[in-house]
Amino acid sequence: MHVAATLETTERQSPTFFETARRTLAVNPNALVGSILFTGIVLVALFADLIVPHDANFQTPAERLLSPGSERLLGTDGQGRDVFSRTIVGSQLSLFVGISVALLTAVVGGLIGLVAGFVGKLDAPLMRIMDALMAFPGIVLAIGIMAVRGAAVINVIIALTIVTAPRMARVVRSVVQSIAESQFVESARATGCTTNRMLFRHVLPNSFSPIIVQASFVFAEAVLGEATLSFLGAGAPTDIPSWGGMLSESRLFLSQAPWTMLAPGAALTITVFALNLLGDGLRDILDPRLRGR
Amino acid sequence: MFSFIMRRAVVTIPVMLIVATSVFLMLKLTPGDPAGIILGPDATEERRQELRDDLGLNDPLAIQYSRWIGDAVRGDLGDSLFLNQSVLSSLAERAQPTMLLTLLAMIVAVGLGMPIGIIAARKRGRWIDVGAMAIAIVGISMPTFWLGLNLILIFAVKLRWLPVAGYVPLQDGLWDSLKYLILPSITLGVAQAALIARMTRSMMLDVLNTDYVRTARAKGMGEYRVVTVHALRNALLPLLNVIGLAFAALLGGAVVTEQIFNIPGVGRLLIQAVGRRDVPLVQGTVLVIAAIYVFVNLAVDVASAILDPRIRKA
Repeated sequence: MHVAATLETTERQSPTFFETARRTLAVNPNALVGSILFTGIVLVALFADLIVPHDANFQTPAERLLSPGSERLLGTDGQGRDVFSRTIVGSQLSLFVGISVALLTAVVGGLIGLVAGFVGKLDAPLMRIMDALMAFPGIVLAIGIMAVRGAAVINVIIALTIVTAPRMARVVRSVVQSIAESQFVESARATGCTTNRMLFRHVLPNSFSPIIVQASFVFAEAVLGEATLSFLGAGAPTDIPSWGGMLSESRLFLSQAPWTMLAPGAALTITVFALNLLGDGLRDILDPRLRGR
Repeated sequence: MFSFIMRRAVVTIPVMLIVATSVFLMLKLTPGDPAGIILGPDATEERRQELRDDLGLNDPLAIQYSRWIGDAVRGDLGDSLFLNQSVLSSLAERAQPTMLLTLLAMIVAVGLGMPIGIIAARKRGRWIDVGAMAIAIVGISMPTFWLGLNLILIFAVKLRWLPVAGYVPLQDGLWDSLKYLILPSITLGVAQAALIARMTRSMMLDVLNTDYVRTARAKGMGEYRVVTVHALRNALLPLLNVIGLAFAALLGGAVVTEQIFNIPGVGRLLIQAVGRRDVPLVQGTVLVIAAIYVFVNLAVDVASAILDPRIRKA
């Protein structure tokens, strides 16, 4: 009986991603809460047009600063716009910027890290440039880039990607370096495998996990970054509803109309919270060494 | 030791050079002519070209670049376009509030984060650990400016305990100055406190599982001594890096915090300079912030090397 059980465990194949995911979700309530919340936010953003009771940008000066109630669920802001509708629509910009920056950072930072980690000659110059970019506090660098490029969503995405890509490059580089020293890469090299093939068939697939984990944190960082830029007036154009922009406007009415500040701030916090939980969960699933930390 | 410091210091030179170069290029690519901005929309083309000559804007890019680097190395960051003073003196004027704010926020971050992390690690898996880590992840997720607005709403608008915003210089009285900085430094420090708590917990867990901690316990050492002398000392090294990163994050976060609380510091100066397209001021401010950042990283590396001989050899 005992022997049979041992055999069974040794013969069992290593669990697939989904199996690990299912088990982790079962024992890791954080990841479960994170993915439920995040799914909810994505659904809200996708179906925002069906949910909103009012046009998010429609100004009704006669109905300025209405307090939350039956007529206006979360009240109105200083220009008579519906706070609930603006908060719902604001999720679209947040998630769009977040996912774009996460993907771009994974690709750009991933490629730089891959090359730096595998091509010895390019390592030092590439990493010095990454060091220099990391020598700016992220938000200062992003403000500078926005000052150069002007208010546009695409510029927000570019600015935040430039901020987040260096760390991705650094993470991927260190993973690639350790993979490059491993036996299977050595064997591949010994059998006459070309550098390109080695990079894309052997090294890259094995560095996917850290890229995905890092990207999920970049997603959270980008959502926060977009809101911060909008809050400082250096973000997307003001006619696009954004949580950061709403919070910036709410400062003027803090004592008269605190609801203009509560809804977008709560939405932003919940989104970043969900992404951080999700990132922690992904790390537990993909990087077993860190499990339980 | 000395050779390690020298080697490490030399690496910062190319980094600072690339930083300076990118700051220069970044602002050269800015649309809009500084001369046109100074003179306003009514200026004649002739007058504009004259001023461009004076400012050296008609010189080839390479000349402008070498002049900028040369001046920057000598500590001359040029003059602000709007403030009628040199970039360095306007930065010096605004340095006090930013330094005080960053320092106080650092005290909040370390003073809250490390004890919470140590307690959570000691009580691993119990409700105090789970609760502290749940609060920590909320702290990390909450945007600085929303936390700030909430604190203002509660402690300044509703309870009227502290002022809503503004700044009183230190020389006008310690308490008067501190009163204005309490909410800002909590606002700025909380997220870093949460990060430090998480890292402290994780480092302590690593160390508490090591053989030498078991040995220390086995020979009957008191739990307090085990934690402070054996565990904390060894967890401190990676934490030092985290604290270095925290300082850098605080420096960036100060820009946002100063904006929320109307504190006339370097961050607000930067935002104003960006708004007015004051190119030399933006260049200088970004460069100085980056230089502080690079210097802090250097200091962290040197401090780690002092604490751990293995790093010196690497």
